[in-house]
Amino acid sequence: MKKNILIIGGGPAGMEAAANLDRLGYNVILIEKDKQLGGHLAKWDRLFPDGVSAKKTLDALTAELSGVKCFTETNIQSINVLDKSYNAILSNGITVLADAVLMASGFDLFKAEKKEEYGYGIYDGVMTNADLEKAFREKTLPSKAPKAIGFVHCVGSRDEKAGNPACSKVCCATAVKQACEIKEVYPDADVYCFYMDLRMFGRHYEDLYLKAQKEYGIRFIRGRVSEVAETMDNRLLVKAEDTLSSKPLKVTLDMLVLMAGMRPSEAGRSVGRQLNLTTEDDGFFSSSDNMLAIQKSKLPGFFYAGACTGAKTLPDTLHEARSAALEIDRYVKDNFKEQ
Amino acid sequence: MIDFGFTVSPSSRINLDEVDKKSFVALSKIEPDVVKCMACGSCSASCTVSQFQPTSVRKAILSLQNGQISQAMDFLKHCMLCGKCTMVCPRGINTRHLIISIQKIYGK
Repeated sequence: MKKNILIIGGGPAGMEAAANLDRLGYNVILIEKDKQLGGHLAKWDRLFPDGVSAKKTLDALTAELSGVKCFTETNIQSINVLDKSYNAILSNGITVLADAVLMASGFDLFKAEKKEEYGYGIYDGVMTNADLEKAFREKTLPSKAPKAIGFVHCVGSRDEKAGNPACSKVCCATAVKQACEIKEVYPDADVYCFYMDLRMFGRHYEDLYLKAQKEYGIRFIRGRVSEVAETMDNRLLVKAEDTLSSKPLKVTLDMLVLMAGMRPSEAGRSVGRQLNLTTEDDGFFSSSDNMLAIQKSKLPGFFYAGACTGAKTLPDTLHEARSAALEIDRYVKDNFKEQ
Repeated sequence: MIDFGFTVSPSSRINLDEVDKKSFVALSKIEPDVVKCMACGSCSASCTVSQFQPTSVRKAILSLQNGQISQAMDFLKHCMLCGKCTMVCPRGINTRHLIISIQKIYGK
């Protein structure tokens, strides 16, 4: 008889793990709280560093799911541990008896309005990275070209007061990518990136940074934006320190994009609380071993994949999903020997 | 002018709204690599003159971008064009050539 695997979260991690477990011969139940699968990927336009289409990437992930039972707009109502399995009651009334569970709850974007000094939700010209992706996707950028545009790195990241001392890992590359893209739309605009450190760690990321400087003329200012105010003519007065010259700096912009960072998914954490899953200080789930077994939780038969154990890039998330599928396969074979 | 017994220092704040970008655009045309600087400081660290006089290509580029032209020229005025900075620049900027071009465009 096929073993049941429950996957919580239908973003890239959940989808990739589901496809792999399906191919390994398991009965996979994938649940997603939103209307559609794909998580944040479904809301994005293009992906760093090469600008590949988010939609094409998502379509490729979706194409592998034909054998998987997907329930969208579905939450975990309750979940508890039985002798050797997990009993989950879903919000659609279905009860799942799973031999293993994979948590792929991912992340929530940091709520940029919490950084009140940046004026998100107060001034019209202030938006988040997700808002800008939506505007790229739906082609709803203003037709009146802005004269100057700014990007603020580390919004809700590396910020103890905002409750998140960690780096969100993907925002640097996202900001530089978006800065280039906005310059393509508005070639005459001055584009500034306000950064603390540029963490261009991945393959081709440094090329992206160089391209932003050389081909797009993006100006990088090392310093965190301290405050944003509105001018008489509804523009944005932005203040920061240029820490490379140790001088305060001001500039008037028409558009300011806040790079909201990654926070643990609230939906995922509420499932975690039901099973007393532990989290680390950063709020993300704690693995049984951060070096050797990041996909394993401290509960037997309960696994993790993707950003539910900390900020990750999309390729990292997909790798983890595949390795979690293998870990689950190994766990089931070791623990449920067929007669 | 009435003497109040004190003076007010002019603001040293950088105002990017008032930067005249034309000269920098002209500089980028003949020195396209000027925008590649990532402020690593190799040029200043290797500079023989900088041990004795405030000299730095990195700071000169930054000052030009921030519209502080005379300050930029001060960071280069003691340069002897030895070219050590060109040798160490990780972005491959021909800093020696750049310094000469800056003098041509911004120098009096």
